[in-house]
Amino acid sequence: MSFNLLLAQSLNGLQFGVLLFLMAAGLTLVFGIMSFINLAHGALYMFGAYFAALVFAASGSFALALLAAALGVFVLAALLDAGGLAVLHKRDHLDQVLATFGMVLFSNEFVRWAWGNSPLFMDTPDALSNSVQILGFNYPAYRFAIIGVGLAVALGLYALIERTRIGMLIRAGASNREMVSALGVNIGWLNRFVFALGAGLAGLAGAMVGPILSIQPGMGEPILVLTLVVIVIGGIGSIRGAFLGALVVGVVDTLGRVLLPIWLRELFDASVANAAGPALASMLVYLLMVLVLAFKPDGLFPVKARQQ
Amino acid sequence: MSQTTLKAICAAAIATCALASTSALAQVKIGFMSTLSGPAASLGQDMYDGFMLGVEHAGGKLGGAAIEVLKEDDQLKPELGVQIVSKFIERDKVDIVTGVTFSNVMMAVAKPLADGKAVFVGSNAGPAPLAGAQCNANFFFTSWQNDMQAEVVGKYATDKGYKNVYIMAPNYQSGKDNVAGFKRYFKGGVAGEVYTTVNQPDYSAEIAQMQAAKPDALFVFYPGGMGVNFVKQMRQAGLLGQIPLLSVSTTDGSTIPALKETALGVISGTFWGPDFNNAASKKFVADFEKKYNRIPSQYAAQSYDSALLIDSALKKTGGKASDKNALAAALRAADFKSVRGNFRFNKNGFPIQDMHVFEVAKDAQGRVSLKTASTPLKDLADPYVKDCPLK
Repeated sequence: MSFNLLLAQSLNGLQFGVLLFLMAAGLTLVFGIMSFINLAHGALYMFGAYFAALVFAASGSFALALLAAALGVFVLAALLDAGGLAVLHKRDHLDQVLATFGMVLFSNEFVRWAWGNSPLFMDTPDALSNSVQILGFNYPAYRFAIIGVGLAVALGLYALIERTRIGMLIRAGASNREMVSALGVNIGWLNRFVFALGAGLAGLAGAMVGPILSIQPGMGEPILVLTLVVIVIGGIGSIRGAFLGALVVGVVDTLGRVLLPIWLRELFDASVANAAGPALASMLVYLLMVLVLAFKPDGLFPVKARQQ
Repeated sequence: MSQTTLKAICAAAIATCALASTSALAQVKIGFMSTLSGPAASLGQDMYDGFMLGVEHAGGKLGGAAIEVLKEDDQLKPELGVQIVSKFIERDKVDIVTGVTFSNVMMAVAKPLADGKAVFVGSNAGPAPLAGAQCNANFFFTSWQNDMQAEVVGKYATDKGYKNVYIMAPNYQSGKDNVAGFKRYFKGGVAGEVYTTVNQPDYSAEIAQMQAAKPDALFVFYPGGMGVNFVKQMRQAGLLGQIPLLSVSTTDGSTIPALKETALGVISGTFWGPDFNNAASKKFVADFEKKYNRIPSQYAAQSYDSALLIDSALKKTGGKASDKNALAAALRAADFKSVRGNFRFNKNGFPIQDMHVFEVAKDAQGRVSLKTASTPLKDLADPYVKDCPLK
């Protein structure tokens, strides 16, 4: 395989990683800071995609669609939290898994009832619908937009958590919630903000994939599984870990899909390689997770505060 | 009121109820099963809507007999399909079972259907074993044997003179069957053959590999959401229009509404398209659009045909379904006006039919739909019929 092709594939891996980061950032915040396992994170991503498709179809403005998806899911999550999810924060993880899994089933059926079984249509915004020639390959301009948005979110989150007062409170709340509330901070509202923020990011991710993926009921589940892998590999609760972990998973998954079948074809005959290649490639990130758990159970880039 | 009067009234009431239920009892019971929930539910829904439109066109009865249609959802679970079919046969005592969306469910229910000596009219799934060694004299299919749709695209690629075709499909049985069907009729060379994980969302890596191989054309089998993802991503990579995209089940009535202009120019192969110019098809399309407010898919067309087929058979038997052999013989005659034009059954119960190639294009009203491009294979029979012991 040529060097140019390898570079183009690495770019694909980076783009996929950035997309995973948008999902993982929210999940790791909620899981790491509130100790709340939210399996419905994929459902929130699905709602983001639906909101974006509907607003884009009605208004024709992609920026408005992104905003509507992120804000819409932010508000939806805040309402859900106020409407009962907050009760689950103090319960054990099994209760949280059961309740949020129920929400996944409910959400998929709700979407089916509200917008039908068939996938929704969402076009690429005109300005980004072309492809760019790099290294002799057509690379979709829209994928650069995904990378851009992802990096901007990463920087924004870093600034929010590390440089603002609210970020300081979030970090403090993660270490010792009783002490923070004793100091007069409403920890319930703080948690609600973190939960809604994470959900808003999932909504944004859903909106960003609208033009490249099929918007349909149940679209959140495959990505949720990978997102969980990302936060385990990266280290639970760490934004930095989610970012780097997402890039690792994105690149490993993409290059594995490309390189494994090529290598196998050199070792075995074509029919064996064609059958085993995709099967092995799809296992690769899980094998990576097993290795990380075996040798660094806290993840590759764990939260520093947790190591005290 | 004396006790005897009360008893008499009760007896009368019960008798009336019994009488009422006998008269309301349908003469012919039909068990319809398809996949009506989950990501593929739009296929099953199209099948049901098409079937019920066929019943409506036959005057709300089939072959003059009052009918009762029992509708069940197999949820794409083979074990649930088996339970439903057993219930149809043992408890509901249906006369005919119809529908079935997916081949894996079809393979699971084939045995209980055969053991229960049921008459079965399939309107989508057509797995190879049921066309070959496991063929059954009481099974009829108004769709196609799975390989047929890929074979016609293979023939099209040969006719176009493509020398170097790149092939992509999901890594499961249907994916491999479609690739085999394509290769059976494609005489050129293969630039590369790639199998992807089932329900993989992103194909950017595979698309880059494909570009590097510089093929004349690309053949894919990506049903449902996979097809939507793949076509969108091909369009964004700027490759649609540069590399001809030949497909099966990728741009059909279930995915085109989600793709619209994105899919323009994609080629696919099947047995029928909404622009067919025969009377039966025109009536079906016009009434389907009026009733359901969307362009009918091939899945609706197949199931519409299955209702008309059952109607024609029951006409021959005088509305009676009690004699299974007579009913099967009447079905085999296939004496109805199919939306696809010519239609007859092979000895294995699968159709011998013309297979066409379609291009995604705008129709007369400016909507994105399928336009008939050519008919590379006429009177196509499936390749497995030689293994079928039936006469």
